[in-house]
Amino acid sequence: MNFQLTQDQLDIRKLVRDFALNEVLPTAAERDENEEFSREIFDKMAEIGLCGIPWPEEYGGAGMDFVSYVIAVEELSRIDASVGVTLSVQTSLAGWPIYAFGTEEQKQTYLRALAEGTKIGAYGLTEPGSGTDAGGMRTTAVDKGDHWVLNGSKIFITNGGVADIYVVFAVTDPEKRTRGGVTAFIVESSFPGFSVGKKEKKMGIKSSPTTEIVFENCIVPKENVLGQLGDGFKVAMMTLDGGRNGIAAQALGIAQGALDLSLDYARQREQFKQPLSNFQAIQFKLADMATEIEAARLLTYQAAWLESEKLPYSQASAMAKVFASEVAMKTTTEAVQIYGGYGYTREYPVERFMRDAKITQIYEGTSEVQRMVIARHLLKD
Amino acid sequence: MDFLLTQDQRDMLQMVRDFAKNEIAPVAAEIDRTDEFPVALVKKMGGLGLLGIPIPEEYGGVGADYVSYTLTIEELSYASASVGVILAVHTSVGTMPILNFGTDAQKEKYVEKLATGELIGAFGLTEPSAGSDASSIRTRAVKQGDTYVLNGSKVFITNGEVADIFVVFAVTDPELGAKGVSAFIVERDTPGFSIGKKEHKMGMNGSGTVELVFDNAQVPTTQLLGQEGEGFKIAMSNLDGGRIGIGAQALGIARAAYDAARDYVKQRQQFGRPIADFQGVQFMLADMATKIEAARLLIYQAATMRQAGLPCSKQASMAKYYASDAAMSVTTDAVQLFGGYGYSKEYPVERFMRDAKVTQIYEGTNQIQRVVVAKNLLKG
Repeated sequence: MNFQLTQDQLDIRKLVRDFALNEVLPTAAERDENEEFSREIFDKMAEIGLCGIPWPEEYGGAGMDFVSYVIAVEELSRIDASVGVTLSVQTSLAGWPIYAFGTEEQKQTYLRALAEGTKIGAYGLTEPGSGTDAGGMRTTAVDKGDHWVLNGSKIFITNGGVADIYVVFAVTDPEKRTRGGVTAFIVESSFPGFSVGKKEKKMGIKSSPTTEIVFENCIVPKENVLGQLGDGFKVAMMTLDGGRNGIAAQALGIAQGALDLSLDYARQREQFKQPLSNFQAIQFKLADMATEIEAARLLTYQAAWLESEKLPYSQASAMAKVFASEVAMKTTTEAVQIYGGYGYTREYPVERFMRDAKITQIYEGTSEVQRMVIARHLLKD
Repeated sequence: MDFLLTQDQRDMLQMVRDFAKNEIAPVAAEIDRTDEFPVALVKKMGGLGLLGIPIPEEYGGVGADYVSYTLTIEELSYASASVGVILAVHTSVGTMPILNFGTDAQKEKYVEKLATGELIGAFGLTEPSAGSDASSIRTRAVKQGDTYVLNGSKVFITNGEVADIFVVFAVTDPELGAKGVSAFIVERDTPGFSIGKKEHKMGMNGSGTVELVFDNAQVPTTQLLGQEGEGFKIAMSNLDGGRIGIGAQALGIARAAYDAARDYVKQRQQFGRPIADFQGVQFMLADMATKIEAARLLIYQAATMRQAGLPCSKQASMAKYYASDAAMSVTTDAVQLFGGYGYSKEYPVERFMRDAKVTQIYEGTNQIQRVVVAKNLLKG
């Protein structure tokens, strides 16, 4: 057993930490306020090699492990959770299924573009009538010989509108549905019949665009089927197992960012002629925040390490995701409390962290779904 | 990074797990009910080497790593938290201070016998009015020729009922505060030293918790441990290790409660199906298991850091208080899942819940642990 980071992992942490401070932090509040995605920041992330951390070098990646990847998401989210989720979706939700299920040609075309960051990726599973229960999916794909025709729509698509490559799921056999009737496709934004629908107005992660995507007789070439015909549900679920590690890392970063800010503020804010940090009530809040963050970090790194070692990680990633996201919500709420009235204003960043934290309990499987996944593992033998 | 145990650690774990299952689990309820210190069982553990896991082989120990020792406490506590704390106190604070600070003669005389279980060790620091604030102890030691005369009393001394030797702290120079405290190795038959009242406790029965009374106790100067004035340093020297040990104990208790609850909900039928089918029950189990996993990682992290000689006071305190809070919450939920049966002594979960409570209190209350963590956070 050894809980120390490797030199590579320490190096990437330093690289991303510096990048986040210098390139992301200066505009974070403004982009939140304006609900503005920054292609410039994305391109800079691509430039320093963050878009393909765990993918092999032959596909344009950095050839590093999943721990290095979750560290990158954590460090970005420590400053700006919107930028953190952009990378998480790019890697875990768009890149991963192509890496795991794609043909060699798909990997050379699409995974490489995602890893090098020349293209932005997204993932389309959720529909108005099917969130957690993907079995209620209505988007259809009909076989037309040399191509497929997709009809339907997907909602809550992170990176929607700015993405070039979408991994989407559609019903190919209405009789079978989740038991072999759903298929995954790689859809380019330029395909005929693809369009971007309404953009969501959200409580948080506002500089990460979330949109509807619409398929209206959308033509998808035969070779863009991802994985086997009918394996889509499996592709979707396995992708989410790993995606949970990314969101756990995002939540972890949000929580750590809120603790960093709370420590700074508690040291300098004076009341009753002494810094807040002298009061035990504040000290105990800080201690609990730090302890829970440490536990969340260990759970998250463990899940990512298991994935890197090709060991089972579904239960571990569900535990990491539910734990880290609840810690993020609690820690950010306490941070606003420590800042008092100032914490409630947009002059200070902690209210943004609290708004951003909430989504980590909801997307890529709600906390309730994570508990279902965990309980299934616990009770299965 | 590597989240898996080494082969040696897995072997040790298997050995301890088998012993706990065969020798301890069958008598755990009885130890709790009778509140009798399990002397024969502890001697047997000594014979197997369990009492000297981190002690070097030259002193009769096993010479295993600190993680293995932590795993041992966890596994023993899974079967009986009382046996877990008996071992932890005997080794961490009854033996290690002598190994680390004793003269050659003291080490010769005591360490091997402690490591093999010929002697049982205890530790006397806490007093009626000196708990978390250990520097305010009042027991006095006055040097008279080749003897220190000790007066005062110590309370809440685990193993004290049967222990043969006691590592005891007394003030040798009241002017110097914490720097005026010295440590002594006190043998049970020391004139003027006696065992006072036995505590009747909520849980952790059978661990022999007593008061120690010093009434002009005659302790030879050869029994001074370390230098005069080094007592507080000695008392605090294994603080991190002790806290990790109690974290491991809490983890063992929590795991036992979780396993019992999981087995129970699978067979208990209500409304025509096992209660494990109900989501309200499933979510409780999921939360229990997740907290246990978080506690385990915090404890193993602190133990590996300590093993590697890295500073780990923050991590040890985090592990201790998180694991013991988790143990309290998990055992309480286990009683809840058992319903009325859980409240009955027919089932073990009420014992787990009673045993869990003290892990939030001893070896530094969880409030003290938070003070330690906060100090570490704010000093940077």
